[in-house]
Amino acid sequence: MIEPLWEIFVRSRRGLSHVHVGSLHAPDATMALRNARDVYTRRQEGVSIWVVRATDITASSPDEKDEFFDPAGDKVYRHPTFYQVPEGVDHL
Amino acid sequence: MTPDLLAYALRLGDDALIAAQRTAEWIAAAPQLEEDVALGNIGLDQLGQARSLLTYAGELEGAGRTEDDLAYFRDERDFTNLQICELPNGDFGHAMARLLYFATYQHLLYDELRTSSDEILAGVAGKAVKEVAYHVDHATQWVLRLGDGTDESHGRMQAGLDALWPYTAEMFASDELVRRLDVAVDPASLEEEWHRRVTEVIDASTCTRPASTYQHSGGREGRHTEHLGHLLAELQHVARSHPGASW
Repeated sequence: MIEPLWEIFVRSRRGLSHVHVGSLHAPDATMALRNARDVYTRRQEGVSIWVVRATDITASSPDEKDEFFDPAGDKVYRHPTFYQVPEGVDHL
Repeated sequence: MTPDLLAYALRLGDDALIAAQRTAEWIAAAPQLEEDVALGNIGLDQLGQARSLLTYAGELEGAGRTEDDLAYFRDERDFTNLQICELPNGDFGHAMARLLYFATYQHLLYDELRTSSDEILAGVAGKAVKEVAYHVDHATQWVLRLGDGTDESHGRMQAGLDALWPYTAEMFASDELVRRLDVAVDPASLEEEWHRRVTEVIDASTCTRPASTYQHSGGREGRHTEHLGHLLAELQHVARSHPGASW
């Protein structure tokens, strides 16, 4: 039996976002969480885990890459490069 | 006092060591890669408990024996683990039945042992109780899913629960040693709560709690099933073939 695929997101510590770390198979969400705990946080990598069924993710297509992302390339005025980052702000 | 404490540390250490060896046999043989890793983690937790307890036993004995000496250079009759730990793995249903029975027992035991006036036992138990809480959860999740799954999985889960049941009473057998040793937990005091917890999981899984049957015993006195000798041969042969080897 092929079990559903789950995408795993781990928050490495408080204050940071959950980051995609990989995927695994599990029969349901509860088991996916436990498998993720065993596969992805056994070396203290995380304090929180999200699991999302892979089929529930709608992804952009590589074919649409040009119209999706290229137009942003020459609009430097959108980039937050005209500020001084205050001292002590590490994760902006 | 010390010989009793030594014998008690060996009992708990041997339980953990032999359970770890059986759990480790699942690595690369579990139904899915994720389960290989999960059982690998659980086996390593058990091995960690064994290391602490056997090291302590070696110190209590005072003859210079290390954890390795106690694990690799004792013979079958010197091991005082429960027989439920040494039984062959069987199928995955058997494995989850054993983990449910044994980890629930260990959880109740370590939870009590945390308040022991023996600092080492209390320390080992304090660390281990969190580990075995996860083992109980892992077993519970699988017993629920296999029991309440297909006809095939239900039948296998029930067969596993039935096959291991005759080895459960031994976990709660009281004897002179545990009654004499005030830093120990009398396992008889855990039996009622163990039955309550295990019955709750089995009921929820739609399986049937096994009926009372003949119950095996003898592990604490060094009397074992024929399977322990084979397990020890695999566990010990490298250390005995190359004594003192290192890498």
